[in-house]
Amino acid sequence: MAGLEDLYREIILDHYRSPRNKGELETPPAHRTEGFNPLCGDEIVVYVDTDDDGNVNDIKIGGQGCSISQSSASMMSAAVKGKSVEEARQITSAFKRLMSIHETSVGGDGSEAEADDLEIDPDIKLGDLEALQGVVKFPTRIKCATLAWNTLNQAFDEIDEA
Amino acid sequence: MSNDTIDVAAIRRDFPILAQTQDDKRLVFLDSAASSQHPQQVLDAMNDVYLNSYANVHRGVYQLAERATSAYENARKSVARFIGAPSANEVIFTKNATEAINLVAQAWGRANLGPGDAVVLTLMEHHANIVPWQMMAAEIGFEIRWIEVTDDGQLDLSNLDQLLDGAKVLAFTAMSNVLGTVNPVERLTAAAKAAGAITVVDACQSVPHFPTNVVEMGADFVAFSGHKMLGPSGIGVLWGRMEMLDAMPPFLGGGGMIVNVTRDGFSADAVPGKFEAGTPPIVEAVGLGAAVEYLENIGMEAVRKHEVELTAYTMRTLTERLGDDLILLGPSEPAARGGVFSLAFADVHAHDVSQVLDEHAVCIRPGHHCAKPLMKRFDMNATARASVYIYNDTDDIDALADALVAARDFFAL
Ligand SMILES: Cc1ncc(COP(=O)(O)O)c(C=O)c1O
Repeated sequence: MAGLEDLYREIILDHYRSPRNKGELETPPAHRTEGFNPLCGDEIVVYVDTDDDGNVNDIKIGGQGCSISQSSASMMSAAVKGKSVEEARQITSAFKRLMSIHETSVGGDGSEAEADDLEIDPDIKLGDLEALQGVVKFPTRIKCATLAWNTLNQAFDEIDEA
Repeated sequence: MSNDTIDVAAIRRDFPILAQTQDDKRLVFLDSAASSQHPQQVLDAMNDVYLNSYANVHRGVYQLAERATSAYENARKSVARFIGAPSANEVIFTKNATEAINLVAQAWGRANLGPGDAVVLTLMEHHANIVPWQMMAAEIGFEIRWIEVTDDGQLDLSNLDQLLDGAKVLAFTAMSNVLGTVNPVERLTAAAKAAGAITVVDACQSVPHFPTNVVEMGADFVAFSGHKMLGPSGIGVLWGRMEMLDAMPPFLGGGGMIVNVTRDGFSADAVPGKFEAGTPPIVEAVGLGAAVEYLENIGMEAVRKHEVELTAYTMRTLTERLGDDLILLGPSEPAARGGVFSLAFADVHAHDVSQVLDEHAVCIRPGHHCAKPLMKRFDMNATARASVYIYNDTDDIDALADALVAARDFFAL
C-alpha cells in the first residue's frame, strides 16, 4: 500500500502553496484554453503566448483544483516557458509516459493516444516533475496530474489550426 | 423487531463487507449516498434465484420459468407495498433512476410538450434530473425555468407561483444528494397541480431513508434506484399514476412490451409491460425486493430516527473538532436534512481530503456529485461528501472527524 508521502512530496506541496505562473494573459495575442476533469469538476485555464518562430513566450495558469492538478500545472508552466512548442510537446509526451500513459494502456484518460505519436528525445529531462511519479500508484489521481498537460496540448492544437 | 430504535451492531453483522479492515483499520463506509452496501439477506435472495430458480421471465411455461417470473413479480409487489403504491402494476422496473427520469422526459415529454412550453427544475437537481430535460428542450424547444437555492441550502419558493405559471412539468428532488436538504414535497406537488403542471419527483435519496407514500406525496411520477437502498446496481424504479402511464406512449421498443407485431406496426402491452422492453434485470429485481423487505423489518420510521440522531451527532462533532475550519453546506437543523454532509476546507481540496481519509480507511466521495449547477451556485468545484445509513454509528463519525483533523493538519498551509 503506497503511503501519502509517495503522493505528496514536499516539492508538490511547495508548488501547490506557491504556484508559479498563476494568472491570465491578454487574449489575443495569447491563446486561452479551458480543461475540465468531469469526475471532480476541476477546471483549469491555460493561457499560452507563442511567437512566430514557434516558441512559448509566456504561459499562465488559471482555475481551481486539488494539490496534484495545481502543482502539476505549476511545474508544467515552469517546464515549458521559453521552450519551443516542439520541445513543449516532447515534455508533455515524456510526462505522460511518466504517468504510465502509453498508446496501449487502458484506464488512462482517453486522450493519451497522441502521447506516443512522438518519438521522445532521450535528452528530455523532467526534473522536478519526476516528483509526481508517485501519482501512478493512485490511479484515480492520474487524471488530476494530466489535466493541465492535456489542456496545453489542446491549446497547441488549436493554435496550429488557427 | 419493528420498533423505533435500531440495533446498529446487529445490523452490521448482516453486512459481510463491513467486517473487513483496511491496513488494520476498521473500514468506515460513509458513501451510501452514492451507493449502499448489501445485507446477506439480499445476497442470499439473489443467489437463490441463480442456484434454484433462474430462467427468463414472462416467457417459458416450464416450472423454472414460472418460479423466476413469480420471484420477479413478487419483487414488484414488495416495492409497491414499500412506497404505498395503489397497484403493483404502477411499479416499472428500470435500470436505475436515471433511466426512469429519461423514460418520463422522453415518452411523456414527446407526447405532451411543445415549443413555448415550460419545465420547472430546481438548482439542486442531480444531473439525472437536468440533462434528460435539456435533451428534450433541445429537441422540442421548450423553456427550462429554475427554482433558486438559498444560502442555507433551501429551495427559494418566494416566486414559485410565478415560475409555475404556464408550466407543464415540475421536476424536483425530494432530498438533495449534496446539501442533504429535505424538500417540502407535498407543498410542491400541490402548487404544481394547482398550476396545471405534472410532477416528477427524484426520490433517489429519500426512498432509502424515509417512510414513503407516493399517494401522500401527490406526485405523478417518482423515480429511485435500487443500489442506494441496499439493493444491487442495475435495477431502478419508476412509479407513475396508472392514468398517466396508461396514456403515455412506450419508451424503448422490443420484446416483452408488445401484444402484437405485424409488418405494419405493433400494439403495446399494458402497463407495466409496455415500459419493460427486453429481458429485464430479473435477479436484480429480486435483490431489490429482498432489500425492501430488510428495510421493512427494521422499519422506516426507525431508520429515519437513527439518521436524524446520527446527523445531529455528526454536526455537533464536526463543529467541536474542526470549528470554523470546516464548511458544512446545507440546512443547520438536523431534522430538516438527511444524512448527507458536504464538507469543504477553505484551503484543502476535496480530492486531497479524500486521499488522506482513505489512509484512515474512511470512504467518502469528493467531487461535484453530479450537481454542477448547484456547486456553481455555492462557488465551489468540489466538496468532500460523507453520507450515513443504517449501518453507520458514532464510531464512524468519530473516525471521520479524526481523519478530517489529520487532513487539515497534513495540508496546513
Ligand atoms: C438525487 C439523485 N438523483 C439521481 C441519481 C442518479 O441515480 P442513478 O445513477 O442510480 O441513476 C442520484 C445518484 O447518484 C441521486 O443522488
